[in-house]
Amino acid sequence: MKTLFSLITLSAVALFCTSTAHADWLQFRGPNGNGYIEGVQPPTQLKNSIAWSVELPGRGLASPIIVGDNVIVTCASGPKQKQLHIYSFDQQSGEIRWHRQFSATGRTMTQSKTCVAAPSPASDGKHIYALFSSNDLYCFNLDGDLIWMRSLTLDYPNASNSLGLASSPIIAGDRLIVQIENDSDSFAAGLNLVTGINEWKISRPKAANWTSPVALKSGDQIVVALQSSKGVLGVLPSTGSEVWNFAKGASTIPSSAAAGDQLYIPSNGLTAIQTAKLTGEAPKKLWNEGQQRPGTASPLIVADKIFVINGAGVLTCANRHTGKRLWRLRLKGPFSGSPVSNGTHLFIFNEQGLGQCVEIGAKEGKIISEIDLKETILGTAALSGKAIYVRSDGHLWKLAQP
Amino acid sequence: MKTLHATPLFTALSLVAVVLLVSGNTASLHATNSSDLQSAIAAIKNVGLEGKGNEQAGPAWKTLSQADAADLPILLQAMNGASPMASNWLRSVIDTIVARNLKSGSKLSINDIGQFLLNNSNDAKARSLAYDLIASVDPSTAAKLIPGMINDPSPTLRRDAVARLITQASELKSAKKNAAASLIYRQALNNARDADQIKSIAEQLKKLGNQVDLPHHFGFLTHWKVIAPFDNTKREGFAAVFPPEKEIKLDATYPSKDGKDIGWQDLAVSDEYGMLDLNQPFTPLKEVTGYAYTEMNFPSNRPAELRIGCKNAWKIWFNGELIFARDEYHRGMEIDQYQLPIQLKKGKNTLLLKLCQNEQTQSWTVEWQAQVRICDSTGTAILATDRLPTPQAKKATRRKLKK
Repeated sequence: MKTLFSLITLSAVALFCTSTAHADWLQFRGPNGNGYIEGVQPPTQLKNSIAWSVELPGRGLASPIIVGDNVIVTCASGPKQKQLHIYSFDQQSGEIRWHRQFSATGRTMTQSKTCVAAPSPASDGKHIYALFSSNDLYCFNLDGDLIWMRSLTLDYPNASNSLGLASSPIIAGDRLIVQIENDSDSFAAGLNLVTGINEWKISRPKAANWTSPVALKSGDQIVVALQSSKGVLGVLPSTGSEVWNFAKGASTIPSSAAAGDQLYIPSNGLTAIQTAKLTGEAPKKLWNEGQQRPGTASPLIVADKIFVINGAGVLTCANRHTGKRLWRLRLKGPFSGSPVSNGTHLFIFNEQGLGQCVEIGAKEGKIISEIDLKETILGTAALSGKAIYVRSDGHLWKLAQP
Repeated sequence: MKTLHATPLFTALSLVAVVLLVSGNTASLHATNSSDLQSAIAAIKNVGLEGKGNEQAGPAWKTLSQADAADLPILLQAMNGASPMASNWLRSVIDTIVARNLKSGSKLSINDIGQFLLNNSNDAKARSLAYDLIASVDPSTAAKLIPGMINDPSPTLRRDAVARLITQASELKSAKKNAAASLIYRQALNNARDADQIKSIAEQLKKLGNQVDLPHHFGFLTHWKVIAPFDNTKREGFAAVFPPEKEIKLDATYPSKDGKDIGWQDLAVSDEYGMLDLNQPFTPLKEVTGYAYTEMNFPSNRPAELRIGCKNAWKIWFNGELIFARDEYHRGMEIDQYQLPIQLKKGKNTLLLKLCQNEQTQSWTVEWQAQVRICDSTGTAILATDRLPTPQAKKATRRKLKK
């Protein structure tokens, strides 16, 4: 048993001062759930950009999230990953602000590539919600005070996947949306943010599914898109009531991306739908591109463009209004994590730990810098302020401009 | 209550580090009086399913997190008898208090925590946490405690002691002291409860020329009556009630999926990890349901765990009561994948397992099998009084998939 009070190993080349006003990265794939965040200036020259790194005591592929000065990271340790950890690191120094540990109450078996700390945490800016593949779910305030917890496996004993769960919760309206889908007992639920109790719970298709819910604006209301092999169901976050249903099938690994009232679904390649002004009818299909087939990585949306990385590691940039391909670029894969962007550059880390920065503003995409972190990285990076945060099974790094 | 272990190690613990002074300044809080403490503990221990009690537990956590380090033994005691959820609430409180004290440079006494640790009747998770606390402030003393934990009720603590023996045996083997290595490996095996450690030790013992009876060590059930194939077309057999669910008549025959008469037959499991493989007697089939039945005698009533690993859909009944049902196919299996509390009764006990095979035809969907064992909460096998010797292994044969 390792002592857990002296884990931090600051390898600070320098402690970079970042602006106190920096956008938060509150959930998997950022504030909009589509990989894009505006108003941040991450380093574009990745070489020698390590501001600090900290050691983590266990495995994880959950993204870090950034809430104020907190960098929140989850991991799971022990021979069967039964020890669950939630860390808050100071985003400037990398020092531990707080660390909470729990014993998994649900099953921790996963396929060997994934792990128990697979779902990314989410935050409303005041609280942090951390879910694990064991179906253990915790809520903290920013000081690390435990507000509530749930054991969704004790609640619903067959709601597990022996390959592991990975769907990341999101916050929509005043609900925490969880999507627990598997072959045996699938459900989605809207939990009260303050108490953790179910405000609603609906049955979902009995089939393994690792996609995450996405919030989008349909007309004048927020709708949560729940993706599965059957398609995508739009529900109201307050009640779980169906608003629309796209029933043409969809992937069970890469998640959809939203922009306004349009949703871009990994379905028969990539399918764009319009969800606004619906009165019960199916969403309108805008276009479908069979060649733009996301691999494991979820699509990224930046302004009028959509970016897809296929299973061979080829990045395609397309016009998101028409689906027309603009350019392609072979990246150095393979990838399990998804691309993220600040608008001018795209950042992605491959499974070998090679970070790549792609300039996306020109007519053709171009890799302009790389950094080899030399560890397996299966998660998605987070952007905030002037930094990139990315984690492996063993470390969390902050990359920043000197 | 069991008495404390009056071991030399405990004496060492008491003498070496009654109080560890992390640094000079003592800024611990005494914001929590005894009444507040007990009320808060009660609120936390009242949490239940689906968020029940969360609204009260949150403020209680805040109250408890302000407690002094001197209250840690009370909080550890509170973990005794706590539900898994309440136990997690409490361990988080304890972590928080310790972290605050260490950060402020306050004192942290390991004497009381050590006494709690050394009392084996305390909750296993709480004792494991107590060990972690000691290790965080005095790793040297913590390391001295490990050998005494070789037969510990806490699987976590026991694991470290077993690991130490594995290291010692490995060093003896490297030094060509094979007889000594075998002896130490055997001691490690006798006390190991985690499958990965057991596999590792058994492998080394075999390399050193020793025989290892793993089904006996784990307590895998090895002697079955089996019957198949009933139907599972469109996966409907999982919910269907076939004759073995209505009656156990081991000399009866019933119509199979194909309309033929089928009856119970013996199946002795020789696999060293207790794999009950229905493909062996019935050939690899698809869209079928099978049953396995066994009886066993135990000397007394006692709580136990039924542990199963299975990648097919399954249901399991113990003494006629449905214990659990799961309809997941081919997503992976491992030893002790599902751990189900049961109550053994004195005398004859019965176990019925339903195994459904689905329609998938990929190479990784051929298996129609399960591993079943009965043990206590630490994973120690509970062997029936009428347990038969482990069957001798036969060479495996491959057969083509039939639908």
